[in-house]
This record gives sequence, structure tokens and C-alpha cells, in this order.
Amino acid sequence: MTTTPSTFQLDIPEGLVTGTTVFRDEVTLHATKGAVLALLAHLKDVQKFEMLTDETCVDYYPKEPRFGILYQLYSLSRNIRVRVKVMLGEYDAVIPSACSVYRNANWLEREVYDLFGIVFEDHPDLRRIMMPSDYQGHPLRREIPVQVEEVAFTFNRERIDANKPRATE
Amino acid sequence: MLNEATKIPEQAMLVEDSPQNTVKAADVQLDITMEQLTRLVSPRALTGETMLLNMGPQHPSTHGVLRLLLELDGETVVNCIPDIGFLHTGIEKTAESKTYLKAIPLTDRTDYLGPMSNNLAFCGAVEKLVGIEVPQRAQYLRVILMELTRMNSHLVWLGTHALDIGAMSVFLYCMREREMILDVYEAVSGARMMSSYIRPGGLWRDVPAQFGALVQKILDVFPRRVAEYDKLLKDNPMWKERTVGVGKISAEDAIAWGMTGPCLRGSGVNYDVRKAMPYSSYDQFEFSVPLGSNGDVYDRYRCRLDEFEQSMSIIRQALKKLAPGPVMTDDRKVAPPPKHEIAYSMESLIHHFKLWTEGFRAPEGEVYFAVESGKGEYGVLLSGDGSPKPRRVHMRAPSFNNLQPLGVMSKGSLLADLVAIIGSVDIVLGDVDR
Repeated sequence: MTTTPSTFQLDIPEGLVTGTTVFRDEVTLHATKGAVLALLAHLKDVQKFEMLTDETCVDYYPKEPRFGILYQLYSLSRNIRVRVKVMLGEYDAVIPSACSVYRNANWLEREVYDLFGIVFEDHPDLRRIMMPSDYQGHPLRREIPVQVEEVAFTFNRERIDANKPRATE
Repeated sequence: MLNEATKIPEQAMLVEDSPQNTVKAADVQLDITMEQLTRLVSPRALTGETMLLNMGPQHPSTHGVLRLLLELDGETVVNCIPDIGFLHTGIEKTAESKTYLKAIPLTDRTDYLGPMSNNLAFCGAVEKLVGIEVPQRAQYLRVILMELTRMNSHLVWLGTHALDIGAMSVFLYCMREREMILDVYEAVSGARMMSSYIRPGGLWRDVPAQFGALVQKILDVFPRRVAEYDKLLKDNPMWKERTVGVGKISAEDAIAWGMTGPCLRGSGVNYDVRKAMPYSSYDQFEFSVPLGSNGDVYDRYRCRLDEFEQSMSIIRQALKKLAPGPVMTDDRKVAPPPKHEIAYSMESLIHHFKLWTEGFRAPEGEVYFAVESGKGEYGVLLSGDGSPKPRRVHMRAPSFNNLQPLGVMSKGSLLADLVAIIGSVDIVLGDVDR
């Protein structure tokens, strides 16, 4: 099921891209966080990738650098897709916001911030979007278990019951 | 933005003893700090010149649990700030702990009005990642089901949208017709809404004998019914007054905000994933993509109504092309063997056991696979790590991306028109929040 053209030319200036990989006919451009805004602006203005289809994060834990920020771009006029990937370390999870290039990055980045704890510099409105504003932690990080509450069986029901938070009044 | 001379009214006053420094007022309770609020609303809201009003999340015309913070100047919307997340169920997180096959029921529950589209987007991503070929019969059946799903999605949209604006009877008609589509779902998958029918490599099972008759019944009845809806609304002066010129968004803005589906095509941009990057043999079908020109509520309505006709045309073509054959790949590493084989083949028994206990492994890497669902481009970004479970599943939800420019579309419109605009965007909160 091939949906992406396997060959197209992208003439990208020196220094913006650190490497290119092709997997399953999908082109991924690797960039550093220092160059990502310039790369996105180049792709949008010169290469005519008008649309930011998606922006999300993949957690490669326990590898380091663990976070991969993925920008999925689409060109309406050329009908091709390209992906930009920036890797971020655990203690360096800060990246410039793409809102100045693609307006719709606003909510997409808020979601990544909320669920992964990546901080987007110069984001106009960096708040949680999915989780409650007083939530602690970032649930889509790989070290957070899916189920936090222990499952009650007959052998541990009493212990779980005794530790349940209950209203005092 | 606030200087010392600015008088802050009680409505926007900070409560000093509140640990989070949140704004408290009788009718507006926000989980937002004053500093964040000043960035979102106009300075007039802070002086009390305009009113901050909370709308939703429990409000029938917000189509679920959408909450809006409105800044109103009289009846005019100055700012509209959507607040989402009330239906966040962690589907993407849960999918990481399931094998590829067991994650499919989760996808039903994102956009619950288009379950088959979601199934196909996820299964298509898995097929791309693992490298599975799908038999031709399964591809055509998928196309029929995708188009039925589109009609299903549009029927619920039309009914609720018209109900929001005040046309009660359309809702009843649409729900009546939707039953026929749900009957097809039930016949093929056993479930009326949460189908989980499309599987990596094909379909769960072949369609039952009455499938053709059920679909044919829809094709016989629908054209007349769709014409009836159109007659009720198309030239209805009240409908036009509520929709023409309301909630306009230009083609440039729609692209810049990442809108897809009928919302983008209503602004005149010809982008349909079925045409641009055909999947599941869509390139073998003849159909046109209805386009609007003004990008208002009425054009989005026209686009969707015209899509009914195109969907029916595609289904007719697909029924003609449909030939007997397998509906599941014969690659035993991803598709379970037929039950009767297990009785005499040791290899089949091992495959069966491995598939239902461990699942199949997908290689390391990322793929993105998109389908055109009723609401727009529904994409799945799948990251495999070599194990039977995905490292990351991300749904590129059309509702999420289409909802984002709601503030842009509703700026300067009347409060009553905001309801029409929300309806015209066609959001499903399960899809927005995932």
C-alpha cells in the first residue's frame, strides 16, 4: 500500500539537515533543535510545504536522547509528505515553538507539552490541554505505567481499601 | 497589559488565598492564571467592558463536552477560547500496552461516529509498518464500508447541526436513515457502533450473504431521502439566513490552521486524501470532490450533502467490482489460520497460539498513514520498536485540528451564530480528546 512517492527532490541548504532517512517510502529529515525553525521556514516558503499535518512526540526511553519531536508536513501543490525529526535529551527537553511558522502548531505543541513535558520556547499559550491544570507529571512518558491503581483481589483488598483516599467530612 | 490605573472589576479579580492564583467569579471558574488569561482575552475584558461567559461543557449544542470561554461585547463574540480535554481517556497511552491486534477496539472509540475509518487508518499504518498486502476483495469491501461510514458520520452531523439551528424534523429523518447503515455494521461485525471489523491484513471475516441486499437497499432509498433533506434546507430562507456568510474562513487561513475534510473543501481547497494519496484501491473509482467557494457554514453544508451522492456512486462501482476471493492475507505471521486447519496442521496450531498470545512483531521505525474520514484527514502515526506492541500510537484527529481555528471563524459573529459554526465544523469530542 504505497501512498507516498518514493523519489522527489528537496534542495535544502547546507547545515539545516543532519541526515535523511527513507523508511517505507516515507522521507524523514533529521535536524537539530537550533536549526529546526529555519528548516521549517525553508520547507514552508521555498519548498511549498503549506500544511503542518501533525506534530507529535515519540518517547524512545530508555534510549538517550529519548524524545523525538516529529513534524509531519504536507505540500498541497506538490502532493508530497515529508517528516522532520528532532531528538531531545531527557534533561534538555526544550525546543523552539513552531507557532511562528505554522499557526496550527499551537494546540499540537500544547498537547506534546501536556503529555510529554517538552517545553516549547516562545509559545504564545503554553498550558495543559488534555489533563487538568493541577495534574502532576506527563502521562505519555514511557516510565509512567498505564494503570496506576492496584487491582484489588481477595488477598489485597483490605490493604487497598484501608489506603483509599476518602472524604473526611 | 495591566497598569496600576486600570481598575480590575470583581469578575476578573484574583483571589489572594487561592494557592493556584486562579480567577474566581460567580459564573466563570477557570483553571487558568491571570497572566495566562490576559494573553487570551482583549484588554477590555479586564476592565469589565466586555463580558466573560462560560459555555459548556454540559451544553447540548457543543456536541459533547466542549467548553468555550467566550468574551462577549453585547451579543458579539470578541474572543472564543475552546477548552478541551474533558473526554481525554488516554487512548494513545493505552494502545501502547496492547498488541497491534488488540489496539483496534480502542480506535473505534476515538471518532465514534466513524469507527470503520479509524479502524482502517490504524490497520493501514500497521500494514505499512509490517509490510502486509491486502487481498483485492477486502480492499473493495473496505471502500464500501468507508463510504457507508462517511454517510453515517454526515447523517449524524446533518441531524444535530440542523437541530442546533432549529430544524427539528431533519434530526428525526437522519436518525431513521442511519439505522440502515447501522444494520449493515451489525450484519458484518456484530456490533452497531464499535465495529472493530477491519483488521491488519484484511477483514475479520467475509461479509454475510445478506450484505449485498442490505447495501442495495440503502442505495435504493438514499437518493430520494437525500433530496428530501436538501429540499428541506437548501433554499429554505431561514436556513440560508442562519448559514450564508456565517463563520467564514479563507482558503489561506484554512490551510494555515491545518483544517482538512469538508471544512477545508468548503473554502475551495481541493484536498481529499482519497484523491491525493489513494489507499485501498480508491484510484480505481471515479468520483468527484465537491468544493465550496465562500468557506462559510452554508458551503460546508453543501460540500457534505454533495458527498452523499459521490459516496453512493463509489459504493455502486465497488459492488460491481466485488468478486469472490479471500478477505484476509494468507501471511500466517500476521493473520490467524482458519479454525479447521488447526485440527490437522501443527504449524497452524503454532501460528494460532503465537498470534493470540504474543501477537506479531513489527519492525523498528515510524510510519504515517492517513485516510479521508467523514471529518477530514484521519492519520495514524505508528512507531514500532521490534516488539509485538507499538512504542507509540498517535492519532492525527481531524476534529482536533478543525476545532483549533474556531476562535478565528467565530470572531465578530453573533453568539447564536457560534452554535451554527460549531455544528458546521462537525467535531466529535472523542476524536478531539482521545
